[in-house]
Amino acid sequence: MTQGISLFQPRWAEIVRTEPMTEKERFFQLHLKDGSSLGHTPGQFVEVSLFGIGEAPISISSAPARNGDFELCVRAMGDVTNALHRLSPGALVGIRGPFGHGFPVDQMRGKDVLFTAGGLGLVPLRSLINTVLAQRQDFGRVLILYGCKNPSEILFRDELAQWEKRDDVEFHLTVDRGDATWTGNVGVITRLFPQITVEPHKTVAVIVGPPIMYKFVLIEVVANKGIPEDQIYLSLERRMKCGVGKCGHCQMNHVYVCQSGPVFTYDQIKHLAEAIE
Amino acid sequence: MSLKILDKKDVGAFVSGLMTELEVVGAQRKDGGKYAFGVLADPADLQLSYPTTILPPKKYFLPAEETLLRFQLGENPTVQPVIEAKPRVIFGVHACDIHATWLLDVAFAKDNADANYLEKRNRALIVGVDCPTPCDEHSFCKSMGTLTVDSGYDLFLTDLGEAYAVEVGTPAGEAMLNKHAHTRPATERDLARLNTVNAARWPKFTFALEMSHQDIPNVMGASYKSPLWEELAERCLGCGRCNLVCPTCYCFNVFDEVQFNLQEGTRLREWDGCLLTDFAKVASGENFRKNRAARLRHRFYRKGKYLEEMYGHLGCVGCGRCVRSCLVDIDPVDVFNRLKHLCNL
Repeated sequence: MTQGISLFQPRWAEIVRTEPMTEKERFFQLHLKDGSSLGHTPGQFVEVSLFGIGEAPISISSAPARNGDFELCVRAMGDVTNALHRLSPGALVGIRGPFGHGFPVDQMRGKDVLFTAGGLGLVPLRSLINTVLAQRQDFGRVLILYGCKNPSEILFRDELAQWEKRDDVEFHLTVDRGDATWTGNVGVITRLFPQITVEPHKTVAVIVGPPIMYKFVLIEVVANKGIPEDQIYLSLERRMKCGVGKCGHCQMNHVYVCQSGPVFTYDQIKHLAEAIE
Repeated sequence: MSLKILDKKDVGAFVSGLMTELEVVGAQRKDGGKYAFGVLADPADLQLSYPTTILPPKKYFLPAEETLLRFQLGENPTVQPVIEAKPRVIFGVHACDIHATWLLDVAFAKDNADANYLEKRNRALIVGVDCPTPCDEHSFCKSMGTLTVDSGYDLFLTDLGEAYAVEVGTPAGEAMLNKHAHTRPATERDLARLNTVNAARWPKFTFALEMSHQDIPNVMGASYKSPLWEELAERCLGCGRCNLVCPTCYCFNVFDEVQFNLQEGTRLREWDGCLLTDFAKVASGENFRKNRAARLRHRFYRKGKYLEEMYGHLGCVGCGRCVRSCLVDIDPVDVFNRLKHLCNL
């Protein structure tokens, strides 16, 4: 009898580069040792293994790249992520995936794209933002709204500075609470919406943030801006233990988020009581 | 489908023959009078007339704890997948458990085929056995349409008194029968006897549900906001025993263990339960099902609706193990019936 292939066998990846981004988040550039490309689409995730410690689902933060390297930005939160923070370039980690359904980039072409990122939500959203910016001429307006709790939590500062400089990107940043040196917007992310205008029917909205953020941003995007519900994309965080639709932890109502998501249109999930609180 | 007759006095020899070439598992009587599936050391230990087992035969395909990977740490780390499976026959499985196994087979084969489960399952043979009487007052297989089964077994035995009628379900079942069992072809008289036995069984089981099992998904669909969930959650201890004994619960956790030498270890999966507090909790501390009523509802929705929608078979097979093990007597029959009345369907 032939032996089946294990769903749980990771591929080795080497940490090529790692640097701190904030007090809690670290950036990692990874290279698959077998030379293959990860082959992901923006919005997908991987299961990162540190053997002896465990495995954790992590969003892919980079746009698909020709050389096959990929990037993660990881908050030290649990056992695996804290241990990951202690690793240096050259260290090996296990990678399974990419898993799930990412953002349907092709369906966004020709449209204006309104990105809304709250906190760590910028991490998966960056994979899509950079994909869109790499093919900038295929899209209409690009608007990026990004909110953090405080200035020290702002991620990817160099890239934000570039987005801010570009004429073809409308970038707005806010923090819930400023500090002594902060001169920008202060207030929760919903406070940025009055600053922008959109043509709702030619706009897709892409929203990624902490669970609490969605219902408030959705009021802005759906009720106030009038963007159709099937043109609103969200990425939902859940406990993806296996990534392959078996272990049950990521299920919300009848939907396995690791299989049908993590990216959904609002239209797809608005009737699911367990999707958004 | 061919039918053979196996005299009861020849069952022991059949089992002995099987034991020479594969692991034979069967229901055995434990201290305290309960029954459990276990590997047979002696054919005489096999019970074919037993009222349910503590755990379903699921444990042979999805063990309570199972190694998925073996790894070496250090300078040149390595990792190998582990897929353990051995030829085995599970001898004497009730119809409800065969139905449940069918559901697990689909769940683990669909989309991403889970080799750890499927290799074990594919190397196992199942010999079903009929239930002449209900296991006890908690079984409600007749209500769930699982008192009988017409596939999912290699052989199926029906007790005719002095002998078993053996229905052949698969070529592998027929081969094992031909090789190890002394049988004779069924006669017209045997067939008549089998029909009598089958007909006599039916009235001994009662319909406990006040609806067809096919209506359960509709009842569930109308019951999401039922006050019953909060009421049950007042009693429910959230202990997860119902998850552990259920023949169709298959959710699992994955974790690592390292040997004392800190050089090698294993990645394992273990049974998990959606009733347990942290089941949907992520590293940030956010718990996506923090309310016990929501967890209890989720379990009932999986059994009564979600799994049916995903795999085409209700997640409840009426075995009654959950209510037998429940410390506060939460009874699925009672839950389904009360939901039906509350939602006026």
